[in-house]
Amino acid sequence: MSGTPILQVKEVTKAFGGIVALNRVSFEVNEGEIMGIIGPNGSGKTTLINCITGFIKMSSGKVLFKGRDISNKPAHKIADMGLTRTFQIMRPYYSLPAYKNLVIPLFSPRARRTGGWRGGGKLGDRDTVGIDILEEIGFERDSFVPYKMASSLPTGYLKRLELARCLALKPEIILCDEVFSGLSMSEIASMVPLIERLQMDGITLVMVEHRLRELFRVANRVMVMNFGEKLMEGTAEEVMTSEKVKEAYFGSEEVEEVMTYA
Amino acid sequence: MGTEQEQRRKERLDRGIKVRSDGLYALMSWRELSYLTVPRMVLIVGFLILPLIMPSMYWERVISIVCIYALLAISFDFMAHFLGLVSLGGAFFIGVGGYISAVLNHSLGLPPLVSIAVSTIVGALICTLVLLPCLPLRGVYFAIVTLMYPLFLARLIEALNILGGTDGIMGLDSFPGRWIEQYFMILMVLGFLFGMRRLVNTDLGLVLRAVKDNDQAVRASGMSITFYKAIAVFIASAMGCLGGACLVHIYMWAGISLFALDFSILPIAATVIGGSGTLVGPLLGCLILVPISELLRAFGTLRIVFYSLILVGFIVLRSEGLMVYGQRKYHQFERWVRV
Amino acid sequence: MEILIYGLINSVNLALIALGFALVYGISRLPNFAHGALYVVSGFITWTFLRRLELNYLLSIVLALVIVGIVGALIYRFVLIRVRGMAISEIIASYAIGLAILEGFRWCGFKGLTYTLPVFVPGSVLIFGIPVDYHRMLVVGIGAAIVAFLWFFTHYTRIGLALRGMAQDERAALMLGIDSDLMAVVAMAFGSALAGLAAVLLLPLGNIVVEAGYNILVLAISVCIVGGLGSWMGAVLAAFLIGFAQILTVVYLGAHYQMVVALLAIILTLIVRPSGLFGRQKELEERV
Repeated sequence: MSGTPILQVKEVTKAFGGIVALNRVSFEVNEGEIMGIIGPNGSGKTTLINCITGFIKMSSGKVLFKGRDISNKPAHKIADMGLTRTFQIMRPYYSLPAYKNLVIPLFSPRARRTGGWRGGGKLGDRDTVGIDILEEIGFERDSFVPYKMASSLPTGYLKRLELARCLALKPEIILCDEVFSGLSMSEIASMVPLIERLQMDGITLVMVEHRLRELFRVANRVMVMNFGEKLMEGTAEEVMTSEKVKEAYFGSEEVEEVMTYA
Repeated sequence: MGTEQEQRRKERLDRGIKVRSDGLYALMSWRELSYLTVPRMVLIVGFLILPLIMPSMYWERVISIVCIYALLAISFDFMAHFLGLVSLGGAFFIGVGGYISAVLNHSLGLPPLVSIAVSTIVGALICTLVLLPCLPLRGVYFAIVTLMYPLFLARLIEALNILGGTDGIMGLDSFPGRWIEQYFMILMVLGFLFGMRRLVNTDLGLVLRAVKDNDQAVRASGMSITFYKAIAVFIASAMGCLGGACLVHIYMWAGISLFALDFSILPIAATVIGGSGTLVGPLLGCLILVPISELLRAFGTLRIVFYSLILVGFIVLRSEGLMVYGQRKYHQFERWVRV
Repeated sequence: MEILIYGLINSVNLALIALGFALVYGISRLPNFAHGALYVVSGFITWTFLRRLELNYLLSIVLALVIVGIVGALIYRFVLIRVRGMAISEIIASYAIGLAILEGFRWCGFKGLTYTLPVFVPGSVLIFGIPVDYHRMLVVGIGAAIVAFLWFFTHYTRIGLALRGMAQDERAALMLGIDSDLMAVVAMAFGSALAGLAAVLLLPLGNIVVEAGYNILVLAISVCIVGGLGSWMGAVLAAFLIGFAQILTVVYLGAHYQMVVALLAIILTLIVRPSGLFGRQKELEERV
């Protein structure tokens, strides 16, 4: 962990009409770390990701990626710089087979420059590269799974497909919007090592999550949000023991459960 | 028992020959090769001998008109089913291409084939630029705005009294000969048809379909959807402009009737009837609709009533279209099985 | 002064034309492209009752409105209901129906300048030195009355409230026991009758011609787009905007520009702000 900030978010504010969804949220993500963002429903986590990645315009504030100002840039330009995201509601191309889903990001300028996740600056045949990426992310190559229509894949594979779409761009940072949600325990169990491997490959991860137990296991730092504001930030232990966080999640069984677990 | 009847369902199976002839294996036997090529050859050869068997000058003209509508219909089908933009503005493409070609030919004295080529490119550029701000619009909004553009241009030409005003531009050169005219049109249609079929199966075509399926994911993949939409609109409007440019040289006249709603509604009807999303279907639809509409010409506006009603019928019954039906019958056999 | 008075009259005309379209779209999200055709149809029906069957003028108007309402309901019940929710099919189907009706009329020989309706009250009066027909004044009055009536209807009657509920959230309305299909039929009947009402009010000022159908459709769409699709009050306000803009261009540029203004308004609004000037914010988000 080199400790240099790769992503700096400064005082980001977003108001929908009169409703303030994000109120002056600031944080930094260091290169190579996994940062978790947690918070109750409606605390503005997904809005924050949308603002950072340019999917919605922020009302005010600044986002720096590797020192360059990317606030309110078009989404495709931000993705082209290596800042990618997954969607909470999965958005695969349902009418295409899984491996063809990757042909599309591999067609993008960034993938052509970088050659995909493992590519050394040169992009091979898109179908082959797509299947390679799928294999690394947990689609069994010799099974039918990579050739199945995305519409017939189960949630676990779709979540992986979301990640694979980011990986096709050879990203520097991935903002994951709830990759664990909707997965069974065994699926999560196989997802966690995958996340750890991504970190070892030098990809920075920002993970918005509700599954606190798994998140606390992988995350280096955690930020807590509530009502569109940043509540606190710290290591997993600091967050778990914080009174403020308990208050925000008051009555939430999950936190209780995590507390006792810890 | 009455329920016995309901427990049957239709089963569709690919014919063995289709399974075998997928991919390279088709080269292995004449039977399999012909299974793939005969339908295409029928279309191509049929079109090429069409001008030879036409009984009169009038019907030869109809071939050219069929080709123009076919270009429009293919461009509509391409935009609607591979890009997700439903354009009701076929007349807009026709009008822009037609007027540019007319001006080039009339004022600059360029020969028709040159002016057609130039107006196809320039017209497509202009159409793309004009539609550029509308590209983020969806569904109804895009349909309405494209429906309004041709009306707007027609009224503007009328109001400003430019480009010949309501009289139009007369005395344009026609094609050098009727054979050239017909074969030029036919080759263009066939060329665009097979070109588009190839295009939609390339990776670029895949990206366009992805834009239709799920534009947010395309954005998240680092690609500008506006850019890809613009490329597709350029291709589609080039086809329309080509049609318009040919039209003015066939009729040797360009007027505001180029913006008439016929050019918007008939290609849609042809696409719906022929089978949308197949690209061949629209061509088939034009081959059926345009001659019928010519036959009904004696009844005046009744023909518009006629094909509007056909259109409504096909839409309401949610018909899959002739081409999809034909393809299914060709590739699969169906049988009732008891569940 | 002249501009003010004629602008006002023109605006009310536009509002009358557009209300039916706005109502149908607002309630069932159906862009009724047969609107112009229904307008012309009611003109011809009134004419037939009045001139051919020689009925009382008021009676023939009422009959015409009822018939057009039924026609609209039938179109919805038997054709458009099958393509509910598929926006493009809705447009194409309703447009094709409109086209079929209009061109059918043209084929039946309803063309030329022989079809006119008498004005309600002949004569005119000078207002600030400008001659204004009694009929036009009556139209303005009726227009205002209709807007007021619609407001009361949708705020205080059972059906009106049901319609409003459906306009806001169809599924929620369904759960509350509102039959959305029936309500959509009612809305379509209402919208058609409103188109008919606009026709019988406006047509006495000119001839009944088939071409009017297309112009009426464009005007209705332009008012509704500028006002924001689905917002009735927006449509009324937009009618004033476009109405005055049209009169200004007619005065300063020439009569040819009247339609150009309407079309330009549609295109510009859709490019700049597709949810319309008074539309709800939500629809803006529908843009990518």
